[in-house]
Amino acid sequence: MPDTFIKIASVTVGSGGASSIDFTSIPSTYTDLVVKYSIRTTSANQIDYLKCEFNGSTTSYTERVLYGYGTTVGSASNSGSYDNIINGGANTASTFSNGEIYVPNYAGSNYKSFSSDSVAESNTTSNNMLMLAAELWSNTSAITSIKLSDLSSGTIAQYSTATLYGIKNS
Amino acid sequence: MADTKIIVNCETGETLEVELTAEEVAQREADAQAYAEAKAQEDFAKAAKAAEKADLLAKLSITEDEAKLLLG
Repeated sequence: MPDTFIKIASVTVGSGGASSIDFTSIPSTYTDLVVKYSIRTTSANQIDYLKCEFNGSTTSYTERVLYGYGTTVGSASNSGSYDNIINGGANTASTFSNGEIYVPNYAGSNYKSFSSDSVAESNTTSNNMLMLAAELWSNTSAITSIKLSDLSSGTIAQYSTATLYGIKNS
Repeated sequence: MADTKIIVNCETGETLEVELTAEEVAQREADAQAYAEAKAQEDFAKAAKAAEKADLLAKLSITEDEAKLLLG
């Protein structure tokens, strides 16, 4: 059981927003990685999807998701890494989506399984959503960088934050 | 769309906000276009399915709840 939880880096998006947040040169000295974020976009959508890409790779991602959306529940399989839902610019103002991406054994030489949980939050009866995802990046490379961006190519809004933690098993 | 990205170097702790290259901007615009087209297709498919369902219910002269009862 991992018993350390160390902040590696943290970022807050400044005025004007950003197209992506890229954590680079991630040291291989931890066992697992965790990204915790509080993000919204400035797009015209109510709900957007946060893409999570490793080492600049845009391929070989698969995922299975469970979600609740209003009174609807469901599941889906996707090929891609857009596993996290986030508030778009049209959702309740100043409301950010909190979520987490957990990447165990990121520095190993096997394919990388990872998981995430995320929400889109609203003060109305619609546009509330929760999603849990189990994902696989079919690549044997150690993960050295993580890029977070909006699937619809929107802008990550000012005051959004993302923090990368390393977890050690000793 | 913001034309900058934030790069955090986890070894040095340095955080940089850098302009996207012309290639990155072009890729981003292409991705946005592809997403918009995929979403439009999805919305169209949903609307078509809803219309088909409504037509069928009208033909059968039953409500959606009544149809659920029949299938349940």
